Amino acid sequence: MALKLLLGLWIAAIIVVGITFPIVPVPQAWYEFPLIPGLENKARIMLFHVPMAWVTVLAFLISMGYGIRYLVKKNIDDDEKSAASAGLGLLFCVLATVTGAIWARFNWGAFWNWDPRQTSIFALLLIYGAYFALRSALDVEEKRAALSAAYAVIAGATVPFFIFVMPRLLPGLHPGSGGSGPLMGGTMNATLRIVFYASLAGFTALYFWMLNLRNRLAKLRTHHESVGG
Amino acid sequence: MKSGSSFAVRWLQATSAIFSKDIKSELRTRYALNALVMFVITTLSIILFALGGEAASSELMCGVLWIIIFFSTMSGMSRSFVSEEERGTVLTLQLMTRPSTVFFGKLFFNFVLLSGTNLLSIVLYLVLITNFVVRTPAIFIVVMLLGTMGLASACTIIAAIIAKANTKGTLYPVLSFPILLPLLLTVINGTLLSVEGAPFTEALEEVQILVSYFVVITAVSYLLFDYVWKD
Amino acid sequence: MTTFVLDGRGLKKQFNRRTIFHDLDLRLASHEALAIVGRNGSGKSTLSKIIAGVLSLSGGEVTLARNGERIREEAQLEHVGFVAPYLQMYGEFSAWEHLVLFRKIRGATASDEELAALLLRVGLLGRKDHEVRVYSSGMKQRLKYACALLHRPHLLILDEPMSNLDHEGVEMVLALMQEQLATGMLVVSTNEERDTQFCGKTIDLNVFSDREGRAR
Repeated sequence: MALKLLLGLWIAAIIVVGITFPIVPVPQAWYEFPLIPGLENKARIMLFHVPMAWVTVLAFLISMGYGIRYLVKKNIDDDEKSAASAGLGLLFCVLATVTGAIWARFNWGAFWNWDPRQTSIFALLLIYGAYFALRSALDVEEKRAALSAAYAVIAGATVPFFIFVMPRLLPGLHPGSGGSGPLMGGTMNATLRIVFYASLAGFTALYFWMLNLRNRLAKLRTHHESVGG
Repeated sequence: MKSGSSFAVRWLQATSAIFSKDIKSELRTRYALNALVMFVITTLSIILFALGGEAASSELMCGVLWIIIFFSTMSGMSRSFVSEEERGTVLTLQLMTRPSTVFFGKLFFNFVLLSGTNLLSIVLYLVLITNFVVRTPAIFIVVMLLGTMGLASACTIIAAIIAKANTKGTLYPVLSFPILLPLLLTVINGTLLSVEGAPFTEALEEVQILVSYFVVITAVSYLLFDYVWKD
Repeated sequence: MTTFVLDGRGLKKQFNRRTIFHDLDLRLASHEALAIVGRNGSGKSTLSKIIAGVLSLSGGEVTLARNGERIREEAQLEHVGFVAPYLQMYGEFSAWEHLVLFRKIRGATASDEELAALLLRVGLLGRKDHEVRVYSSGMKQRLKYACALLHRPHLLILDEPMSNLDHEGVEMVLALMQEQLATGMLVVSTNEERDTQFCGKTIDLNVFSDREGRAR
């Protein structure tokens, strides 16, 4: 109970801080963010967009992990957990894509540019969509579990290609692509860094909390079905 | 008692038997062949009409060639697994041989089928699209070959997966496209290089990517196939 | 003399969280025949497929051993022959092509003469070059027997053995059953008493579900 409240306050604090702390060229006070040339106020979205993108990838990896566990142990609960994580991954992927598109509109002029990272997050969105389309087309539980786990693993096998290969092939607009080095490390001051990592932690905790809720709900549902329903 | 031949020999025999069964069956029924040939011809005709005699840039035409190849793949390549499911012969095969022979036999069949289709697409393209000129044939041939291998590999395992689902037709492109994205982007780039007349050394990166894509996807598919195929 | 033993302990099968059977034991040795009986939907075909090695169990395992030595799962296929109404053939191939193809896929050693003799035995030699597409259901059933026997399997599993067969066909199968018992093992899944007349052991799946199909 206390943890839930703490999480809520944590996220609220990040949102407030992210939006209100002033951005100045040379930060003096502890509550001031540095001005990143070219980004200015738009940098605020980095506090939310990057953690969301991070969580969607984490959710996919966890979903794939539970899928592999199902293939090995054949315990249907692992499949439930895989689907639960994928559902959250889809949610965060939509959020990351939308926040990314908003950033793109203000920074580069258009909502969509086919920059490699934008393309990758879009591909991940398609993978999530395909995963659920596949699940909805299968009625037998065991088959649904095995086939969606198999698809998750194949999709996982293509992820290295997205991460390492695409930026080499396509010119990048993203901060941190095309050889300009990771933006995050270089130009953040202490305050921004703290808030950024706090946001990262907050969103990760939010994901695990939601995953835990979904898993508990799934367990209750199966218990209810097998006892009475 | 089994004859003295080794496991490898018997495995190869079984795999080639599955391959020739699919080829023979296809030649007799021509389900996939008809769909593929008609699809290529129809799509190409539509594109020519849409261009209306205007010459589009060769960059655009490289992409369009792969649109044709991708969609013709989607129209015919799921057949080798879907037909077994629809006819109920999956059990027949499961009783006779280990899954890996079915996987590689059908993978090779899909590769042959796709090679034939792509050859048709390429020939028609070179003949009908006047400003599509391949200036570095070496790049073109290598990229086409490796691209077809990667395409066949990815499409075989996805076909095995959707064959067991309810709405096979629409599911096939939905599941295939995200998996194929890295391949398609690389292959289009490579085709572009061959049309621009770039030296082979510039395409080395693309070649490396295509080779590793094929190896990775085939290896992962082989490991997963047992779980997909067996009940 | 080679002796085979088919062994299953604590067998359990579930589908969509519904238990078909559980805590099931079976044991069969060479020259023995097992009957699987039960009302429709009780899981006879499911158990037949599990014994054949083409359907997974939810619990327990079925093993086949030759002279006390356990045979690996992948290697079990060459010792099992299976016939069922839901087994399908390839309509575009002829009976002869089926046997040649299946021989190659299985890596079996039957010669062409032996295959022809098999077709004669099941009464299809005269129609061996016609595509299966044009066969009657009875002829298709006979072809299934030929395909199930071409590799001389030690374990023959028959699910509803007489489906689609006329009187001659029934006599043929009864004779095949006796021949199989002379050289190997037999499993028959059916509700017809005539079909299980050679079976010394029985598994009754009715104990796992009541008349409405609810699990006991």
